[in-house]
Amino acid sequence: MDKMLELFGRDLSVINLGLEGFGDALTAQGVDVVQMDWRPPAGGRPELIELLDQLEEA
Amino acid sequence: MGAIEEANAKAVDILLAAKPVLRGIGVAGDEIPGMTKQKILHAGPPVTWDRMCGPMRGAVIGALIYEAMAGSREEAEELAASGQITYEPCHHSQAVGPMAGVVSASMPVWILENETYKNRAYCTLNEGLGKVLRYGALGDEVIDRLRWMERTLAPTLARALDAHGDVDLRSMIAQALEMGDEGHNRNRAGTSLLIRTLAPSIVSSAESRSAASEVLAFLTSNDHFFLNLSMPAAKCSLDPAADVPGSTLVSAMSRNGTDFGIRVSGLGSRWFTAPAPKVDGLYFPGFGGEDANPDIGDSVICETAGFGGFAMASAPAIVQFVGGTVDFALNSTREMYEITLAEHAFYRMPILDFRGTPTGIDLRRVVETQIPPVVNTGIAHREPGIGQVGAGLVKPPMKCFEDALRAFAEERSS
Amino acid sequence: MKKILIKPGVYYDSVKLLLLSKETGERAGIRRAMVAMATATNLEILSRLGWSAEDAGGAGDNDLLIAVEAEDGAVLDSTFEWLEGRLKQRASAAAAAYRPRTLRRAIQDHPSANLVQISIPGAYAFREAKRALEGGRHVMLFSDNVPVDEEVALKDLAAERGLLLMGPDCGTAILNGVCLGFANVVPRGPVGIVAASGTGAQEVSALLARLGVGVSQVIGTGGRDLSGDVDGRMMRLGLRALREDPGTRVVVLVSKPPEPKVGEKILAEAQAAGKPVVVNFLGEDPDRISGGNIRGARTLEEAAHLAFRSVTGRDETAEILGPCACATLEERSKFKAGQRYLRGLFVGGTLADEAMLMLKDSLGTLHSNGPVAGCLPLRDAGRSTGHTVLDLGADEFTVGRAHPMIDPTLRNLRIVEEARDPEVAVLLLDVVLGYGSHPDPAGETAGAVEQARAAAEADGRWLAVVASVCGTEGDPQDLKEQEIALGRAGVRVFASNAEACRFCAALLPGGADG
Repeated sequence: MDKMLELFGRDLSVINLGLEGFGDALTAQGVDVVQMDWRPPAGGRPELIELLDQLEEA
Repeated sequence: MGAIEEANAKAVDILLAAKPVLRGIGVAGDEIPGMTKQKILHAGPPVTWDRMCGPMRGAVIGALIYEAMAGSREEAEELAASGQITYEPCHHSQAVGPMAGVVSASMPVWILENETYKNRAYCTLNEGLGKVLRYGALGDEVIDRLRWMERTLAPTLARALDAHGDVDLRSMIAQALEMGDEGHNRNRAGTSLLIRTLAPSIVSSAESRSAASEVLAFLTSNDHFFLNLSMPAAKCSLDPAADVPGSTLVSAMSRNGTDFGIRVSGLGSRWFTAPAPKVDGLYFPGFGGEDANPDIGDSVICETAGFGGFAMASAPAIVQFVGGTVDFALNSTREMYEITLAEHAFYRMPILDFRGTPTGIDLRRVVETQIPPVVNTGIAHREPGIGQVGAGLVKPPMKCFEDALRAFAEERSS
Repeated sequence: MKKILIKPGVYYDSVKLLLLSKETGERAGIRRAMVAMATATNLEILSRLGWSAEDAGGAGDNDLLIAVEAEDGAVLDSTFEWLEGRLKQRASAAAAAYRPRTLRRAIQDHPSANLVQISIPGAYAFREAKRALEGGRHVMLFSDNVPVDEEVALKDLAAERGLLLMGPDCGTAILNGVCLGFANVVPRGPVGIVAASGTGAQEVSALLARLGVGVSQVIGTGGRDLSGDVDGRMMRLGLRALREDPGTRVVVLVSKPPEPKVGEKILAEAQAAGKPVVVNFLGEDPDRISGGNIRGARTLEEAAHLAFRSVTGRDETAEILGPCACATLEERSKFKAGQRYLRGLFVGGTLADEAMLMLKDSLGTLHSNGPVAGCLPLRDAGRSTGHTVLDLGADEFTVGRAHPMIDPTLRNLRIVEEARDPEVAVLLLDVVLGYGSHPDPAGETAGAVEQARAAAEADGRWLAVVASVCGTEGDPQDLKEQEIALGRAGVRVFASNAEACRFCAALLPGGADG
């Protein structure tokens, strides 16, 4: 709960992971936004993504 | 903290704590562990004679002639293919070599030591540009120069080092990075700093005035002289961080002109290879893509240790080779933070507010992001003995990293 | 034709010169080119290219050498001119900010970021959202096609950390007055909204704004939050947060009817809120819900009105915007015999649902591509039959297309198509403004309506077009201009979907046979 209430009292600072339009809309509203250049992990190959997830848990 | 994270923290800490120092010059046969007259070391992962590329074959032949084990090119070729010569990666003997990276027993070698962990690394001295052994040239001028290096250059430098004492290479590389070098494909500042550091001792300790002046002229004529120190500096920094169980730190990257190979700390001495790629670059007047040899040399050890292409932000001039801009150089470095575990404590980049270079490649991050380590390198002519024909960017093959990742996961589960 | 030029004492970096050589050599009409410092090596190369040492006239290391061989003199001269220009140029660096490739990096480099907005394909959304939550950041998850078990895992993780996980399939949120996704610009005020419906949240907040009441927070939960599996996790968490939030005096909950057990949990939570809670579970009987501090609302419009009343103590029953009863008679008088059906073409799924609920009793049989209880499914979503209400944002309409709120093309076409049907009397539309929406939804719609009208008129028919505009003064689109544009196309404009529906019901009394 505290974290949400904390958020309500602060300026929003956003990391935009995906559609650029959303990032632009935030910029238009004067909000700090970091636009990411996201691509599917491991070129989108499920076998490798699974291995990566396994090795992440470790 | 998970087991892999812990292992990586340990491995990268070892890497960051390295202090490469130049101790002296010796002879390969005396200094390099396991070196014999019958053994020839080469750049890259293991490769047999029949698979060697043109420049490497040329270098092998030239070395056999230099060692007086063969009297002619034909004799040398026969000997090279006979099975009597043992070929081994420099990497397996604590050494590294640029381009063909051929080392034979009589060659003088730099002796470096990682002061923190006391391990050593070796590298031959850089011959210069054009028709040189590392590009596969083997004519009289090459052999003559090698002999001059053995008889005049090395001894003169050895005396100078005796007089001067150790050279702190970590400090020198750090300074070079602040002067527009990146330590792999741009070494002008490092070479200048080395000359400046040793010149007084060269002059005061040389056997003769002509020896001193020949040596100084030689050093001054070759912008890449420092490469043969930055490479073993990287090597001796990384070797103690190899073989940390459970670590996904990339402990070596290298090419032999046929294959590109990597090693991973948690996977010990296994090489993961793929065909060496072509360099995407700019060619010197008169040459083009069809002349290029696939990527070759141990020099990509620099990137593995956190400088070279990873410090491109500090050496923006070299990106013009691919029509790049300063921003390209900055972003190339910035991208490397996505795939590395830490920032270097000593190698810093003024233009990025003295941020430490991206150091310690994490195998997992490379596969996840599909961002290959960025490498800026020279292009060798595929015919032996012609020399450098251009320079540019090369991407280590993703296959190496993906194969290694699968192997790592497999080992963990067993 | 050849020319060689030496520029004494002019130095350029060898790399820059190599690039220039290459560029020059690639120009039309150029056979060979070399731009380099006149070092011994380069002079050697020069001779191999067909010039002689004398040509270089004693030039040395510190002199720039330009040698060009061209097809003719004109090309040669223009090339040298061009080269002069290039040598003077300095690479202009348009400083573009670095875009992180991994969330790990983004969070490390921007530690002050407190929210991660995720709109990537659903298959990858879980990994990133999980990372964001583990990194201590709130998440707005716009992505859909996220498996329900992943949604549950994310919401449990979020609850553990006390963080927001708005989504998946959350299109609307307003936090601290900032529009996230598709949202209208509304003033700050005391009404907090937790919504499992995007356009539902938009309609309520926009109506409140028109009534002069502002919004504290609009927390989106994603469309599936109130299902049995997800158990209303985020709505309950959001409700709790607004309960604690001193900036919120009245809470509004918006959703399709929840799973009964889930509904109970939510209402229990609402009862403990300690503030008035207005509940619009679309299709739920409001009287069943109302009691204590809870007020059930039958429509989104009513939810806004009830919240208004809670805040101001006043009743708002007058229509905010819209024509009087005589207008309905006027429209009806123009229909040709045989015109009897309504076609609702909606971009907002919730608004389509609300329309169905409001109209099914008065109109009788209603078809839809997403029918609510009491309505019939369309056999073919591409062919309306009888009274039909369509959700054009549904999957079957958005294959290979952007959502109709962003790309009006499909609805424009459908408007014209429906008008060809001689039995169609009324078109009912929603025009949604705000961030995320098309820059000129009304203009697009008006254009299609005019086309449709022309076709109907040619056949002696009158098309009644009714639209609600979900928008506010603060929206990027000009609200007044949007309403005027619609009016010019003869569209009857209302501020709420409910009102638009009541008007339609009045236009087609007596429940014409479906």
